[in-house]
Amino acid sequence: MARNAQPISTCTIAGPIAAGTVFMLILAALVAVGAQAQWPVRFGVADWAALRFTVWQSFLSALLSVLFSIPVARALARRRFAGRAVLVTLLGAPFILPVIVAVMGLLVVFGRAGWVSQGLALFGLPPLSIYGLEGVVLAHVFFNMPLATRLILQGWQAIPAEQFRLAGQLGLPPAVVFRTLEWPVLRQVVPGAFALIFVICLTSFAVALTLGGGPRATTIELAIYQAFRFDFDLGRAALLSLVQLGVAGSAAVIALWVLPPITAHMGRDRTVQRWDAQSTGMRLLDTFWIVLAATFLLVPLAAITASGLIGLGQMPVQVWHAAWTSLWVATLCTVVLVALALPISIWLAQARWGGAEALTLIGLAASPLMIGTGWFIIINPFASPVSLALVVTALVNATMALPFAVRILMPAMRQVIAEYGRLSAGLGLSGFALWRIVILPRVRAPLGFAAGLSAALSIGDLGVVALFADGNRATLPLQMYRLMGSYRTDAAAGAALLLLAMALGLFWICDTWGRRHAES
Amino acid sequence: MKYLMTTAAALCATAAWAETPILTVYAGDYFTSEWGPGPKIEAGFEEICACDLQFSTGDLMPRLLLEGQRTKADVVIGLTTDVTAKARATDLFAPHGQDNTALTLPIAWDDDTFLPFNYGHTAFIYDETRIDTPPASFEALLAMDDDIKIVIQDPRTSISGLALVLWVQSVYGDQSAEAWAKLAPKILTVTKDWSASYGLFTDGEADMVLSYTTSPAYHMFAEDDFTKKAAIFPEGHYFMAETVGKIATTDVPELADAFMAYVMSADFQVMIPTANWSLPSALPADQWPDGWAQLPLPETVLFYSETEAAAVQGEAIETWRATLSQ
Repeated sequence: MARNAQPISTCTIAGPIAAGTVFMLILAALVAVGAQAQWPVRFGVADWAALRFTVWQSFLSALLSVLFSIPVARALARRRFAGRAVLVTLLGAPFILPVIVAVMGLLVVFGRAGWVSQGLALFGLPPLSIYGLEGVVLAHVFFNMPLATRLILQGWQAIPAEQFRLAGQLGLPPAVVFRTLEWPVLRQVVPGAFALIFVICLTSFAVALTLGGGPRATTIELAIYQAFRFDFDLGRAALLSLVQLGVAGSAAVIALWVLPPITAHMGRDRTVQRWDAQSTGMRLLDTFWIVLAATFLLVPLAAITASGLIGLGQMPVQVWHAAWTSLWVATLCTVVLVALALPISIWLAQARWGGAEALTLIGLAASPLMIGTGWFIIINPFASPVSLALVVTALVNATMALPFAVRILMPAMRQVIAEYGRLSAGLGLSGFALWRIVILPRVRAPLGFAAGLSAALSIGDLGVVALFADGNRATLPLQMYRLMGSYRTDAAAGAALLLLAMALGLFWICDTWGRRHAES
Repeated sequence: MKYLMTTAAALCATAAWAETPILTVYAGDYFTSEWGPGPKIEAGFEEICACDLQFSTGDLMPRLLLEGQRTKADVVIGLTTDVTAKARATDLFAPHGQDNTALTLPIAWDDDTFLPFNYGHTAFIYDETRIDTPPASFEALLAMDDDIKIVIQDPRTSISGLALVLWVQSVYGDQSAEAWAKLAPKILTVTKDWSASYGLFTDGEADMVLSYTTSPAYHMFAEDDFTKKAAIFPEGHYFMAETVGKIATTDVPELADAFMAYVMSADFQVMIPTANWSLPSALPADQWPDGWAQLPLPETVLFYSETEAAAVQGEAIETWRATLSQ
């Protein structure tokens, strides 16, 4: 049992150090911003309205994302079909798209002039209007449902094949299989996925505003942006950042409290066969969910690709420079992420509480603008922040990707400790040898997924770099926004396609590296 | 020996390079892109200054405020009219030293710190193939059918959005809330920045977009598309300009002064329209590039001085927010 696992003797110091580093990175930025502020600051009626809206839309978005993803993950876990691997990779795509690109893609389908509205017009019906809370939630489900699906799918696949085989031999009906094998896994995975998506949606703002239809859809992050970049009111920015961290912290604590202690399963890594899901009804149901999810996700992506193909030829050479810059920022970010995520996740995997990793969610709720500005203030007396812009960007991106990585790695880490903790301790394995022989081979699949996600996220990120990017150090998303800002919409669509291709490419390379080994 | 000579040569080269004075110009983010005005300005100024002009781009105001007296800028270009008050308060800037009477702006300009190098006005842009009867006045815009959808920018995150709020304030004053209430059902959505709004308009999602009087020029001269028009209102249009300022503590004051003079030169001014898609600040209309003088521009131009804007801005934004939130 994981809760009584023998501590593995190598990981006790590195974990707290890595976690402490991340914590200090955020805290130092907050203190630096707060120290420059003019106190006291106001928190008015509009801010309360923004707080209510932020929490409510995040809650709805997380709820619907998770509800939608459960049947999809179940279908993907039970079925093997041609194109499944590609579909699972593409599931990563919406999540890593720059928000404005994704919004444009969604509007091609769901907008006033979109395909759905054109279809409705054929029947003399008025166009669809998604602007409002429904639009915000639709976009957030588009972004996050795939992530939830991947996380839940991972939990599902962690159920050893032997258990399904045993259930098959016993001739258990699907309902009993669900109750005894699947429900305990869901109970462990779903609250965490919910909390993760809730916190991601907390910091949304351009999507919320655009699809929310106006100032009704003001989020706290918008107010933070306004305070930093428009009013330059650092006190207000610091206070609002604290509020955001507080909400995310509460979500983390609740997740911690709800999550049961996690038990690891023993298995021999055989391919899962599902004797309980062979009936035609089950097949049809699974097909329905897979087709629905694939349509919902892939049609907007296809729209983005179609408009991007036209623009590819019109991209100025600077876009390629920016692509190169983004590539190495993403690589640096991924290296930093792996160096942080491995020790933190094995450390947390030994913790007594099931939801210990929820604590890393707080890092995700820190506004990138706050971290960027804070570090600008800290670096400025010693060096030119502009020359360090890309390094800071990579660090901040790694911090943002950490909660995902830790959540992805934890189940595998728990299993390693449960299965090999005592044996390793008995053999006196420690340090590098322990990592090389015991841990890394067994967490390779989730590590590849986590690294791929982090690289892709980093490619698509705009957050920090906008504050101090130099003309020659623009990243690809920044370059894309510049194109959009100078009327070059076609070229910007081309850059968006390049961005999508690069993000997916990096994601695919890392993910395949991990999975190829796991399935061999 | 060979190594030593190479090193010596490299050192000499460095020394020679170091003698070329460097003018560091902070510029707005879009400035140095291939299609922006930056590369042309750099080439044009280096021809006459025997210096090395280096752009450093980024978010201007946050950066200046964060760097304070440690700033490496000699000159700052691209400060918009809505941030000049904040920029002035930093005490970083010296008088621009140019003759304001040489300016050809539609408003009087008596600021001796910030020198405008371009200007434009807010306007609603429409596609004449999609709107049969464009509004001929602000009143007509408010009275339009609610099926016509407009997309605007958020005044809390975008300068053009802020200019719209000040535009409505200057036209409607105390009746601004009523004006917003009439406009509200036509507003499809509000975006964070101008780019997203304009994208929604060109994608056909919205019928009209809040942009600039010069936007049709881009479509005309870069795309040969003559269907995009600015609706011109007799009530007037809100004026916006971008300015350039000289940092007081610069270590190359002569170069900075030379740059300010260059901004006012015809060489500089004549490239502004097509490089910046805005109007030149010190060039008579008859010297504008071909076709630009035919661009429909408003007769009446509205503008709040920075002190007036500071007085009305907060309340105007709150009126906007409260009315559109209902």
